[in-house]
Amino acid sequence: MAREDWTYVCEVDELIPDTGACALVNNEQVAIFWEKKSNQLFALSNFDPVGLANVISRGILGSLGEELVVASPLYKQHFSLVTGQCIEDPQYCLKTYPVRRIDGKVQLKISKIIAR
Amino acid sequence: MKKQKVLVIGNGMVGHHYVEQLSSANLPVEITVIGGETRPAYDRVHLSDFFAGRKPEDLALTTRDHYHQIGVDAHFGDPVVNIERDTQKVITKGGQIFHYDKLVLATGSYPFIPPVPGAALPGCMTYRTIDDLGEIRAEAKSSKIGVVVGGGLLGLEAANALKNLGLETHVVEFAPQLMGVQLDSGGGEMLSRKIEALGVKVHTGKATQTIKKGNNTRLRMNFTDGQTLETDLIVFSAGIRPYDQLARDADLKVSERGGIEIDFNCRTRDTNIYAIGECASFGGKIFGLVAPGYRMAEAAVSQLTDKPIPFQGADMSTKLKLLGVDVGSIGDALGKTPGCIAYTFSDQRAEVYKRLIVSNDGKFILGAVLVGDCSDYDSLLQFYLNSIELPGNPESLILPAKDNTASLLGASALPDSAIICSCHNVSKGAIIGALDAGCCTLGDVKSATAASSGCGGCASLLKNVVDEEMAARGMEVNSALCEHFNYSRQELFDILRSKEILTFQQLLDEHGKGHGCDICKPVIGSMLASLWNEHVLEKKHLGLQDTNDIYLGNMQKDGTYSVVPRVPGGEITPEKLIVLGEVARDFNLYTKITGGQRIDLFGAQLHELPSIWRRLVNAGFETGHAYGKAMRTVKSCVGSSWCRYGVQDSVGMAIRVETRYRGIRSPHKIKLAVSGCTRECAEAQSKDIGIIATENGWNLYVCGNGGMRPRHADLFATDLDDETLIRYIDRLLMFYIRTADRLQRSSVWLENMDGGLDYLKAVIIEDKLGLGEELESQMAYLVDTYQCEWKTTLEDPEKLKRFRHFINEEIGDDQLDYVQERGQRRPATALERKHHKESNPHRIAITELSGRS
Repeated sequence: MAREDWTYVCEVDELIPDTGACALVNNEQVAIFWEKKSNQLFALSNFDPVGLANVISRGILGSLGEELVVASPLYKQHFSLVTGQCIEDPQYCLKTYPVRRIDGKVQLKISKIIAR
Repeated sequence: MKKQKVLVIGNGMVGHHYVEQLSSANLPVEITVIGGETRPAYDRVHLSDFFAGRKPEDLALTTRDHYHQIGVDAHFGDPVVNIERDTQKVITKGGQIFHYDKLVLATGSYPFIPPVPGAALPGCMTYRTIDDLGEIRAEAKSSKIGVVVGGGLLGLEAANALKNLGLETHVVEFAPQLMGVQLDSGGGEMLSRKIEALGVKVHTGKATQTIKKGNNTRLRMNFTDGQTLETDLIVFSAGIRPYDQLARDADLKVSERGGIEIDFNCRTRDTNIYAIGECASFGGKIFGLVAPGYRMAEAAVSQLTDKPIPFQGADMSTKLKLLGVDVGSIGDALGKTPGCIAYTFSDQRAEVYKRLIVSNDGKFILGAVLVGDCSDYDSLLQFYLNSIELPGNPESLILPAKDNTASLLGASALPDSAIICSCHNVSKGAIIGALDAGCCTLGDVKSATAASSGCGGCASLLKNVVDEEMAARGMEVNSALCEHFNYSRQELFDILRSKEILTFQQLLDEHGKGHGCDICKPVIGSMLASLWNEHVLEKKHLGLQDTNDIYLGNMQKDGTYSVVPRVPGGEITPEKLIVLGEVARDFNLYTKITGGQRIDLFGAQLHELPSIWRRLVNAGFETGHAYGKAMRTVKSCVGSSWCRYGVQDSVGMAIRVETRYRGIRSPHKIKLAVSGCTRECAEAQSKDIGIIATENGWNLYVCGNGGMRPRHADLFATDLDDETLIRYIDRLLMFYIRTADRLQRSSVWLENMDGGLDYLKAVIIEDKLGLGEELESQMAYLVDTYQCEWKTTLEDPEKLKRFRHFINEEIGDDQLDYVQERGQRRPATALERKHHKESNPHRIAITELSGRS
């Protein structure tokens, strides 16, 4: 994949462990989470398809069994941080984005759409 | 089809039950009720609560309005004087005439006054109606000593009333013991001991010869043994007599000892006339308890349906608290069955007496007496009612358990027909049915069946049945908080407290597994706040905070927030009110007054919150914690400073308690209210903590709530001074915070508490667990460490950084959409949004990002 596909979002220091933040990249609202125990970053669409609002970045992180999830702050459905799949209702799946840390910077790849 | 005219004479508890049953049976009937008293039906069983602060309205079982709503034609205060059977009509004292197709006599009974000379002197009264109680109270004001004649169930209730009125109280009983109908002599003797220890003087075996004017007191009683007793007032409660005069005059058959004779169908000799309750005599017997009366009412209603059920007598077993003493009586308590065998246990030190009567072959319980400890009552009653075969050593059922294993009857031994909750007639089968239908918890079963929502006496038995049934189905009886912690909330609270754990991470590492989730994180975040009171937006706590807490605002459906500043007690200066108006105007916030006497400002975006709060804090406002599971609001009426009727400064007290408990985090939200008089304009009885002014101080009500399942608060203590009131609330709130389940309102917490209100009183008032000081000092810590979360946040640039919609852009959410309605904005509906998009795909939200800081 071409290196220029990655877009700079913010400094890693700006993220707070075990919480989310929302980034605006190429006119899309993306929720970025730093899950502390696994020390991984995840990026999902910020739009809650059940509550119909841009709020996913404000949800609580956690695990259900082996699955790392975020709970919607509106009606508490769980979405997989890895696949975006809604656990309670299979008809909903959040778009996911590749995200990485490099030299203390958070980068996001927006052009290619991954796993739906 | 022509409607049948059903006429009910009498509106006591049984008459009212008949009306309720009949009106819910959906039959083609017109119901008319004629009550002799001026009030509609009220709860006579709890009459003495009248002296503990309950008002007549609290005892009411119905109202004129309610009857009107369900289509019942009700008349009060004009008693029936004549029944004309041949023309099927009745005539009242005031000359009204009512026709009937079916007539129901529920005329009840009146107190028996022994034919003693002087029994009609001023100061001699009876104990039967609310009006009687009013007279007793009036008379007690100028009295020091009071005597109750009659040591039965009602007599002891009356004695309790006199004691509550502060009189030196005596009970005079003709028989050699108290409660001769329900207790054997051993039980009666133990009851006397216990009651005397409470300061009530008991005189058994005393026959009153005359009542005369006293020397130093108003009255003097002269007994046949030559002794005398000086007193100021006398209350007769020496048994009841059926009101059967109407029936006698109408030539209906009346039993030799009084009471209108009825058959299995509750019918008198006139097939169009029924009699139910204490005016009726079934098999020569009058049933002087309410439960059998209810069964009669149900049987009589069923006669008008195509599924008649007979009345077959009723069990007279009873469990009650008399002057605070537990007393239970089951079946043949006196052991009159020929050949029966008795087991007796008496502990004079603990003042407990138990007696068990079993059949000649030792297989079945025939009766029992319990005084001072009724913990075995439910179990014994089930053995008795269901004829369950006894274990080899029946005495073990009443002996104190040696190894902590109570001799409780296993719920699995009960047949499906066993009645678990007698108040609501819920059988074990009905409970199993509720579980079959999908109930998964004790709470579910309670709401589905109403079991244990009456007197609550069956709470522990109900829990056993549910637990055993669930275990039998392989359903886990699991109190674990979630998959990450195998502990209940209360257990986790104790761990946090005893090990002084300060962070979620430490608790998870030492006592949990996995990563945590949106169940355990907020609960533990809340408990950490309740214990150590650190700012919820500290980085280590941030990830624990739920939707609202994490941005110190209430998230609305479109992801914006509402802002609610604290307005203690609902008192606000015009200047502050203007500030709220200006802020709302400048930020274009939808504005609404809340039920908790606050002003709620809606539609603030994340980046606007700090600017809004800076204006509010600068004007002297604090955060209102409307976003937290926390102490929210204290509502008040204007009280004695302005109101013509107020007796205390309710606003002052509301501000005091609100300032004391503001923001304290708890298992669920907590609301309080303070009313300045009994008119109760602050609706305090619908709050977790309700405070109502009296002339002497404050009455404290606990564990009420509005919401989905409203519950009136219970009267907890009366006439408290300010300091005692605060002390009780300190203890109560802290005890709730410590022991309630996750998201459990105080009402459900109390309903699920073993021992219920009495237990809670013992813990808080009598300090039974020795926790009082600890609870108070914990509360004092929370009060001392209070901070306005918004003020602290505004002073910390690190905390403020998070308040923006995008981490990489300085703009708000660009996809919000509003419409104007009644002069303010509201979020567009899905349909409106679609419209907007179609008509103008590049439309910018009408708010234009109103963040002007």
